[in-house]
Amino acid sequence: MSKEWPLWEVFIRSQHGLAHKHVGSVHAPDAEMALNNARDVCTRRNEGVSIWVVKAADITASSPGDKGPLFEPANSKVYRHPTFFPMPEEVKNL
Amino acid sequence: MYAQLVETGRERLQSRAEMSADEQAFQERIDAGIKIEPKDWMPEGYRKTLIRQISQHAHSEIVGQLPEGNWVTRAPTLKRKAILLAKIQDEAGHGLYLYSAAETLGVSRDELLAALHSGKAKYSSIFNYPTLSWADMGAIGWLVDGSAIINQIPLCRCSYGPYARAMVRVCKEESFHARQGYDIMMALCRGNAQQKQMAQDALDRWWWPSLMMFGPSDAESVNSAQSAQWRIKLASNDELRQKMVDQSVPQTEYLGLTIPDPDLKWNAETGHYDFGAIDWSEFYNVLKGNGPCNRDRLRTRVEAYESGAWFRDALAAHADKHRAGA
Repeated sequence: MSKEWPLWEVFIRSQHGLAHKHVGSVHAPDAEMALNNARDVCTRRNEGVSIWVVKAADITASSPGDKGPLFEPANSKVYRHPTFFPMPEEVKNL
Repeated sequence: MYAQLVETGRERLQSRAEMSADEQAFQERIDAGIKIEPKDWMPEGYRKTLIRQISQHAHSEIVGQLPEGNWVTRAPTLKRKAILLAKIQDEAGHGLYLYSAAETLGVSRDELLAALHSGKAKYSSIFNYPTLSWADMGAIGWLVDGSAIINQIPLCRCSYGPYARAMVRVCKEESFHARQGYDIMMALCRGNAQQKQMAQDALDRWWWPSLMMFGPSDAESVNSAQSAQWRIKLASNDELRQKMVDQSVPQTEYLGLTIPDPDLKWNAETGHYDFGAIDWSEFYNVLKGNGPCNRDRLRTRVEAYESGAWFRDALAAHADKHRAGA
């Protein structure tokens, strides 16, 4: 059997001015073919106007075990949300 | 169901007390409706069962292209041909989404394909029936894709994130398949007597195999109970099948066709249609490899893969050359 093609992660920007969003993965021997395959697999119904492909092996991901140290500190900082500060009814434009 | 009789490797359901601490925490997450993602800890049985289920589902999408491929060059109009090609291309896409989802569990796509090609891996029994007339393209879209949708909609809520996300995409695209099938049936039923007879003949041949797609009753199955506990199976085979029958009867009436089941009748007490007994010996026989087209499907699939090898190799050689030159 021939050697396996590497895996590429596919990101698509939809038409509404949003950021690229991860939509799936494809196998391809190189970046150009990855783009072609991503077009065929992920945009058959006008899903996007721009495609990024990134070699899956080049992505560094946080691990589930790090969830606490990474994200818990934000839990105790509710003052980062505007609703933390109640404003008097008569004060406007804040 | 696209994945039929999926083994979980269990002989009986584990009680909470028998679970390890990791397994208990895992089950609690599932019970709380939290999705399991690829890097999360999961029991080996969950991982293996999902690989079996997702890959069987993927293989079904890929092999499912073959019965329809038979009619691409014989479609009655250019428009029907373009639509059929688009549907078949979707099936390839669905297979690819699903292989990707399976790969997040630590198998490679090439391994999965090798298992399909060697005959070790299963695919849905439905694709081992022949497509004898153009009306079969209608019946398949309407009934087979219709059954697939009923089966797949609950899976959009399954516990494994990548599988659930793939199912959301698949379900959106699948409704085009069901509608284009029903559209073919409508056109035939509005045609002359011979055309309407073609539609009836297709319904006669595809009705029972479509009901078999959901698999035998699994009320007593340990595998199904385990899969339900893991939330990778969200409704029983009988519930899903009943839903299929209930929705198909009025659709058939609209077409002016007759479902080939003398025992089919409305039951006001249950609010469902009662239907006749299914010949499960046929189902098991097809699964064993003795359906009308098992050998032909696999041979065509392997031939297509092998004939494309030189092209895949050329692409890889081209990529290697440019990497070396860079």
